[in-house]
Amino acid sequence: MPIRETIDNAHSGWMDAEGQGSNIVISSRVRIARNLAGIPFPHLLDQTRAEEVVQAVRLAIVNNEAKNLLGPLELSILGELSPVERQILVDKHLISPEFINNYQSKAIVLRDDEVVSIMVNEEDHLRIQCLLPGLQLKEAWEIIDNIDDGLEKTLDYAFSEKLGYLTTCPTNVGTGMRASIMLHLPGLILTKQLGVVLSAISKLGLTVRGLYGEGTEAQGNLFQVSNQITLGQSEEEICNNLLVSTRHILSQEQAARSLLYQQRREAVEDRVYRAYGTLRCARLLTSEEAMRLISDLRLGVDLNIIAGIKPSQLNELMIKIRPAFLYKLNGKELPASQRYAFRAALVRKEFEDLPQ
Amino acid sequence: MLCERCGQRPATVHITEITNGSKKETHICQACAGEIQPQGFGFVPQLNLNNFLAGFLHELGGAGSSQAVDTGEKCEQCGMAEGQFVKLGLMGCDSCYSHFEERLLPLLRRIHGNIRHTGKVPERTGGRAKVLKAIESLKGQLQEVISREEFEQAADLRDTIRQLEKNLDEGSEG
Repeated sequence: MPIRETIDNAHSGWMDAEGQGSNIVISSRVRIARNLAGIPFPHLLDQTRAEEVVQAVRLAIVNNEAKNLLGPLELSILGELSPVERQILVDKHLISPEFINNYQSKAIVLRDDEVVSIMVNEEDHLRIQCLLPGLQLKEAWEIIDNIDDGLEKTLDYAFSEKLGYLTTCPTNVGTGMRASIMLHLPGLILTKQLGVVLSAISKLGLTVRGLYGEGTEAQGNLFQVSNQITLGQSEEEICNNLLVSTRHILSQEQAARSLLYQQRREAVEDRVYRAYGTLRCARLLTSEEAMRLISDLRLGVDLNIIAGIKPSQLNELMIKIRPAFLYKLNGKELPASQRYAFRAALVRKEFEDLPQ
Repeated sequence: MLCERCGQRPATVHITEITNGSKKETHICQACAGEIQPQGFGFVPQLNLNNFLAGFLHELGGAGSSQAVDTGEKCEQCGMAEGQFVKLGLMGCDSCYSHFEERLLPLLRRIHGNIRHTGKVPERTGGRAKVLKAIESLKGQLQEVISREEFEQAADLRDTIRQLEKNLDEGSEG
């Protein structure tokens, strides 16, 4: 799929959650950092040399020998996209927010299903990511493993016997792997247990971040849990550790939800229906409010209070309501007050076919 | 009201600081606010990881003496000076890792609790590392068969390991 379609469409492969724990686990992501041997890391590269890296990747993705491993990949130059288009790629979690701060001599490679994306010249020469719906960490690693093998047929990676894959930041050296799972945890928040769970997680060498990675806020009760250690553990061990912890968080969240529903049924239903009502009727919505309401509605869908809405629809809606996508839909930038109205109208339309 | 800092854009961010009972008000624009990042004022407090790491390295610098922090050493490949790494917390290129290894290992041990990669090895360019990984796994198997007292199998495994190690030594000499 050409990058234009990716930008025009709020939907992405990772949103179609199904399977185990899919009402709590939104998506699973694995990314690896890779660098080219003998070439300074991106922060030391001038434009010419940075473009050489882009060119090397361009050649690597069309290597016939690697076709089976790589699948259909397409490279786009970041500077050729408009600021809004770049922001939409961030909102869809296909690239990092830092990547677009400076878009010179950078490129993005996308697989046509948007499951695989590669950032060229981010902090490392290559950041290869795979994003899948639900709890599919091992599957994501398998896909990444193949893509990595495919690229390595052409590219000479910076690798040391002792320290593994060499990365710009020493916190990534070794496997270069960051595995993360996005979780929707309203139950733990409402029962005020999240703090306990998070401090337990940090003792296991894992970190918790907000929706868009490092330094971002947790919007809509969404959290990303990821590994911190990249050296001395194999990729499989990293995945396993994270999966074990995630299953633990899942059962805590499930317990919190059923406790809430048993003991505070009316309060929970009230919250859900208020969210439902507001989303269907509001005339002005900020993105924070919309995210909060979508989170409440999602809880209602998970608890079978509300019928007729699929979690994947809500995943997509979370992207549609972001400023960049509204800009895209509207064709031009909107001042805040008009944006709130435009967002509210979009959300009302989303639910107009549902029974009252 | 115009921004007090740049005097060009309208002031949209208003900061009130109260220190020891005295109040200080600042009115600045969004752009300047982004630059100065007043702490705890609606902005996510951004701890810069690289500065943090760099600080660590500073602390770990040769027996705590401040002179040892920057020896003026430069990486031959990318020209990155040790002082630069201490400042940025970022490596310059793959060679930096071998060049600054001595200084780096304590830092890596602190971050990861380990200084030995046990994960994936690149297929084509892995070379010795691939063989080393195979030897490691065979040694693990060897321990297992010994504990089960299957000595014939153990002998086979030992021979395979020896052969691999021999190949490795010859390879590195040639």
